[in-house]
Amino acid sequence: MLRRYIRLFGVQLRASSLLAMQYRGDFLVEGLISLFWSVTALAPLFVVFQKQEQQIGGWSFGESLLVIGWFTLLQGILEGAISPSLTGVVEHIRKGTLDFVLLKPADAQFLVSTTRFLPWRATNVLVALGIFVYGFHLLGRTPSPLGVLISLVLLGCSVLLLYSLWILTVSAAFFVVKVDNLTYFFTSIFDAARWPASVFRGVLAFIFTFVIPLAVMTTFPAEAMLGRLPLMALVWSVLGSAFFAFVSRRVWLYSIGHYTSASS
Amino acid sequence: MSVRSTLRAFPTLLRVGVSEAVAYRAEMFIWVLSTTMPFIMMALWTAVARTAPVGRYGGDDFVRYFLAAFVVRQMTGAWAAWQINYEVRQGTLAMRLLRPISPLWSYAAENLGSFPMRLFVVVPVAAFSVYKLGWGSVPQTAWGWVFFFLSLFGGWLITFLANVAIGTMSLFMESSTKLMDVWIALFFVCSGYLYPVELFPPAFRAALDWLPFRYQIGLPVELMTNAHDFRTALVLLGRQWLWVALMLAMSLGLWKQGLKRFSAFGG
Repeated sequence: MLRRYIRLFGVQLRASSLLAMQYRGDFLVEGLISLFWSVTALAPLFVVFQKQEQQIGGWSFGESLLVIGWFTLLQGILEGAISPSLTGVVEHIRKGTLDFVLLKPADAQFLVSTTRFLPWRATNVLVALGIFVYGFHLLGRTPSPLGVLISLVLLGCSVLLLYSLWILTVSAAFFVVKVDNLTYFFTSIFDAARWPASVFRGVLAFIFTFVIPLAVMTTFPAEAMLGRLPLMALVWSVLGSAFFAFVSRRVWLYSIGHYTSASS
Repeated sequence: MSVRSTLRAFPTLLRVGVSEAVAYRAEMFIWVLSTTMPFIMMALWTAVARTAPVGRYGGDDFVRYFLAAFVVRQMTGAWAAWQINYEVRQGTLAMRLLRPISPLWSYAAENLGSFPMRLFVVVPVAAFSVYKLGWGSVPQTAWGWVFFFLSLFGGWLITFLANVAIGTMSLFMESSTKLMDVWIALFFVCSGYLYPVELFPPAFRAALDWLPFRYQIGLPVELMTNAHDFRTALVLLGRQWLWVALMLAMSLGLWKQGLKRFSAFGG
């Protein structure tokens, strides 16, 4: 069973990379635009930190760079691997072609989540690595091996969280008719993850910790790299993201159950 | 079609735009929610200003600035580029072209028609700003109000015409949404949407004065929050309308050239 799904995943991945390579000009332009986006995304940071020794929410320039690095990395994963295929679900629902997916002899959530990848988004990973190197260069130190290990665990958690939140957003499409812009809404909220979570106070702090756990996605991994993440935070992140994944799976199954196809 | 009949038809188009906005109010509400960036920037900048003010901005000034930025963004929104792109690709632009009035008027009417609905969000936000931070959150002089509305209209015109120009580019290449992405990235950085333009390093600030972006958001926001005296305001307003004229000439030129290349199904 598992072997079959792994093979299926390989097939889908190969198909979408072939599709992306087909238009080589596009590939180059897309890569350049990704790079351009990442660079412009850094502009606010430089404006905030014009003054040396400036701190926001207790984070120095070098430390904030680490948060931005994680943000860039996750953005690459979101826009390259998660959102392209799931945006297709919304389209499927509107056109009534989701029936074809549901008829296939494999799990529908798996199928819709793996149909499309945008390989050029891998540039984000390179940019993120560059930002990490520069950040640590400014801090004048290197990350501890244990810190890196923990941050990789947290990377798994954040990807799971992002994916679950996306599934929840997509599930909403079963109940509301016109939701193309839900995806836009999601990315604009995700944008707040670019800043250390301690910047936000009051209502925003509550939302970004418990409702949309942006803090877990970018601030915690950065803290782990700096070797100052409390152990409890790690435990809660793992448990929390597992819980989110569970909830999103239930919601997805519920939505599929209530899906009325085009003709019914 | 003559100017007179266009003018006669426009109010009807506007009414259609308003009813469309009312019909899709849930969708519009989501759009409004996705422009929460000013609130995030507000949290960020007040955090920065907690220890010491940045330039002439303290915590309250940032709150006032970004509430105004939210208001201005709502009132200067345009999405014609995506519309044109979509309609060129699907060939449905042909249907619009059959009407005896330029499609540009109907795009404009659709955008403007959504503004009355947006007032339901914008007015409470502005009222909250006044309640919390005093009358400095809205123009305090008669000329201030006049200039503010002029700059708001100018800001919308620049946004809309840029949308038309970039949307029209889809008649020359396969799709211009990539181009729009670049424009939007520059818009975010240069318009004063993420931070007051004054906070930019001095070397860049001169360049910003000559780019169109700050006249889309920055200038209306500054006029709303009484940042300029009469003279400076007049000069900046003049530059804004210079850009409006330039964009008008450019987008209409592109539109005329582009339509010659348009061939829908069977065309």
